[in-house]
Amino acid sequence: MKAVIALPFLWLGVFFLLPFALVLAIALGINAPDSVPPVELGFSLKNFVLLFTDDLYLAAWLTSLRIAATSTAVTLLLGYPMAYAIARAAPECRPLLLMLVVLPFWTSFLIRVYAWMGLLDENGLLNQFLRWSGIAADPAPILGTEWAILLGIVYAYLPFMVLPLYATLEKLDAGLLEAAADLGARPITAFLTITLPLSLPGIVAGCLLVFIPAVGEFVIPDLLGGTETLMIGKVLWDEFFTNADWPLASAIAICLLVLLVGPIALFQRQQARSLERRS
Amino acid sequence: MIGRARFAFTMLGFGYAFLYLPLVLVMFYSFNESRLVTVWGGFSTKWWSTLFANEAMLSAAWLSLRIAAVSATLAAIIGLAAGYALARARAFPGRSLFGSLVIAPMVMPEVVMGISMLLLFVGAERLFGGPDRGFLTITLAHVTFSISFVAIVVQARLADFDRSLEEAAMDLGATPWVTFLTVTLPLIAPAVGSGWLLAFTLSLDDLILTQFVAGAQSQTLPMRVYSSVRLGVDPQINVLATVVVMVAACALILSGWLTRRKA
Repeated sequence: MKAVIALPFLWLGVFFLLPFALVLAIALGINAPDSVPPVELGFSLKNFVLLFTDDLYLAAWLTSLRIAATSTAVTLLLGYPMAYAIARAAPECRPLLLMLVVLPFWTSFLIRVYAWMGLLDENGLLNQFLRWSGIAADPAPILGTEWAILLGIVYAYLPFMVLPLYATLEKLDAGLLEAAADLGARPITAFLTITLPLSLPGIVAGCLLVFIPAVGEFVIPDLLGGTETLMIGKVLWDEFFTNADWPLASAIAICLLVLLVGPIALFQRQQARSLERRS
Repeated sequence: MIGRARFAFTMLGFGYAFLYLPLVLVMFYSFNESRLVTVWGGFSTKWWSTLFANEAMLSAAWLSLRIAAVSATLAAIIGLAAGYALARARAFPGRSLFGSLVIAPMVMPEVVMGISMLLLFVGAERLFGGPDRGFLTITLAHVTFSISFVAIVVQARLADFDRSLEEAAMDLGATPWVTFLTVTLPLIAPAVGSGWLLAFTLSLDDLILTQFVAGAQSQTLPMRVYSSVRLGVDPQINVLATVVVMVAACALILSGWLTRRKA
């Protein structure tokens, strides 16, 4: 048993935990463009100060949080009825319905984001449709706006919302709802007082699975967003790859980690609890 | 009751349309004669032949497949150990840290993991003169984020597990190791298998982590696709998308059929 624990413990310690100490060390250093790697070690809080005083970075933090929160809410509003319908479908249909939700997840993330590029372009299929149907004579391009990023996140992360919701809704005891109906509760009352509270663990897990990665998202703002919408994951990428400013990129990573430590801990507690309940 | 169910099923239909319409259109336009992905210029398979003659794309795909196979196998072994430890070892020093370490990579933003792993490899290069960035570093990075997914699947399977079978084997004199190999492992093999498949898919699809740790020489398939789509839509990528969706659909149908036959 000792070896069974030691192997993953060591692996994750070396490849996951230890690197964060390095990131912190680099974040406290100074950018040195002429040396390889381009870092001069030191103890300077300059990068962190910059991140919280410069308007550009502040805007990026706020935009990331706003977009992540909005898209999480939209994903929940779309995903909840979907999970509910699958859980209420005939038992023999459920595997197929579930498979249809999971299938896009097994294809490529990058390709699913790409799929929207041709749709949202100025002369893309969506605008062609709007012109053809007469809804809008001269529709504005959607690609390159914040709307496109929101749409992309909802699209890419929808399966992550539906699956945990389905897992809790499927286990819901139908007898409880019948009892509520027998006692005269209206369907909406039964839903609000029974179904919704009992599916709360699924709601929390699904929202965290969308929100946490969405805050640091890079591919979607890069391919679907424009230059004026700054998200922090893209800022980190650009600082690192375009400006070769490793210390500043490291400082962003540390701040992102601190920002998300609460939601990540919440997600872990939720996971641990749901597994303990099963065993 | 009926009204609410009807609303939910309408939303389900809408959700499926939302999920599949973009993919179907991408696949449809892979048979387009025109270079423009948004203008229909007649039926043609020319982009299919272009893609399958694209040496750079093919070698990137081959590299990605090799990395995915190796990293998924390593992740399945380590993830199996991690899931087993989480499900069966109730108390040991550092258990809560261990639990956090196993779950955190699942939700950690990839840019954060990317930069941290690159700094680790750069540090190792300074101290030990290696490893060279490329196949090895990409594989190590992919194993690290895939372990969580295997561990979760294995832990969930073990939580539903009938322990009396293991106890019976032990009562009959089997050592813990023999019990694990002859009783536990065969019963959780489907979970390990689906964990492997998940790790394989995640590795094949990873862009961000790979871009950080790949170095200058190696280019995986997602890196190729990304550098191509950054410049705009490209009919060859539509062809690739069609292939990927078809393979994923076949794999899912096959695995669904296999599990149903067993049940």
